[in-house]
Amino acid sequence: MTTLRSESLAAGEVAGEASGPRVGVLALQGDFREHARVLAQLGARVSLVRRPDELADVEGLVIPGGESTVMDKLARAYGLAEPLKAAIADGLPVYGTCAGLIMLADTVLDAIAGQESLGGLDVVVRRNAFGSQNQSFETDLGVPALGEPPVHAVFIRGPVVESVGADATALASLDDGRVVAVEQGNLVGTSFHPEMNGEYRFHEYFLGKVRARS
Amino acid sequence: MSTGQTGSSRVKRGLAEMLKGGVIMDVVTPEQARIAEDAGAVAVMALERVPADIRAQGGVARMSDPDLIEAIIAEVSIPVMAKARIGHFVEAQVLQALDVDYIDESEVLSPADYVNHIDKWSFETPFVCGATNLGEALRRINEGAAMIRSKGEAGTGDVSEATKHIRKITSEINVLRSMTKDELYVAAKELQAPYDLVVEVAETGKLPVVLFTAGGVATPADAAMMMQLGADGVFVGSGIFKSGNPEARAAAVVKATTFYDDPAVIADVSRGLGEAMVGINVGDLAAPHRLAERGW
Repeated sequence: MTTLRSESLAAGEVAGEASGPRVGVLALQGDFREHARVLAQLGARVSLVRRPDELADVEGLVIPGGESTVMDKLARAYGLAEPLKAAIADGLPVYGTCAGLIMLADTVLDAIAGQESLGGLDVVVRRNAFGSQNQSFETDLGVPALGEPPVHAVFIRGPVVESVGADATALASLDDGRVVAVEQGNLVGTSFHPEMNGEYRFHEYFLGKVRARS
Repeated sequence: MSTGQTGSSRVKRGLAEMLKGGVIMDVVTPEQARIAEDAGAVAVMALERVPADIRAQGGVARMSDPDLIEAIIAEVSIPVMAKARIGHFVEAQVLQALDVDYIDESEVLSPADYVNHIDKWSFETPFVCGATNLGEALRRINEGAAMIRSKGEAGTGDVSEATKHIRKITSEINVLRSMTKDELYVAAKELQAPYDLVVEVAETGKLPVVLFTAGGVATPADAAMMMQLGADGVFVGSGIFKSGNPEARAAAVVKATTFYDDPAVIADVSRGLGEAMVGINVGDLAAPHRLAERGW
């Protein structure tokens, strides 16, 4: 439908190269347009996902930064949570940043009453682990899987991974040892926001998993 | 604690980026804050009186009691914002010391300085400021605002001013986009805004920070209309807790904000919400009682 918005990508619309992998971005709330922009620049065919039928033909999914309590509520209210869990169990590559990492964690600490995650990553994640916005920060972070130079990582009221289960692998840690990036099979989660500052390597890494599977 | 850099522009603007597509709700008690979080608010604005009551009771409106703000911070896990008076940099220092997540330098409170706004660059806590037009928005950004909300007319339940201000800002952005480079010098003069910010808006077609809408939003359809008009998200002040069924209305506004372009969803969530806030027509307000005219 036509709205007055000037932005080109509405839910269900597709941007990017015609031959690229079909990647959805969960668009219930948060900075989903920033992810869509990065993915389109990397050659993916990007669509915004708010409903179960919009999930049907994606080959990979990004869960953006935002408020995990809101995404959880809307995902359940509009019937996305169960198909998402099934897709994750079936091996769909998913990359979650910040709230997206919380959504992918099997266990969430400091959640609100009744909050659920989709799960898939065998990790325990604590919400708002650094405190209020005054403790939000940016820093350079070594990520061996991505090589040099370090990733410039922006943490916005971010979570940390308090424990990494046997099936998951830490990809990066802060100087004090706290884990802030993890992967497990086709799932990748980061506490920080590469989409915010032109850091494309995590999205490339995720797209590698999408291409390898399709 | 990590060795990273706190309080940078990217970090301050970044939190607003994470609130996009969401609803920020005014709350005056921890109980209301809980209802807001449970309904799907992305953040709450902690204050002693909602704008409709400030308007009804009159008098000087100031920063809220720190006890109230701390009780609300303790109650919820989502970001908590609080208001300082325009130009009242000490209220802002207090709010920063209380560890609020965002400071709203707000025309809803009585201004403390009729000439200067707060120098927002000197704070680690990010600021959101109101604007009725593009020039005002860019002046606030020049002072360090990390988020803008179009003002509307708070505490009325009349969305017409919110519509006017978001349309004004987006249409002025569109005009800049169509200008040649040499025309931007005069545009900056006429907008009374810094040239560099004017050029940035002309090139990118949007503000350099997130733009929410506020002031008079009372229904799910109001919120969806603001989103269709180009807002990144909405503030709902008196509209929720001055209505007949705050829990249901809050959840409905959240859903209508996400599915702003889907009339079937908006229709569905609009059913059976009970009474909306009674409201005041902005046209019936004498000029001295129009809050949007505060700030310059």
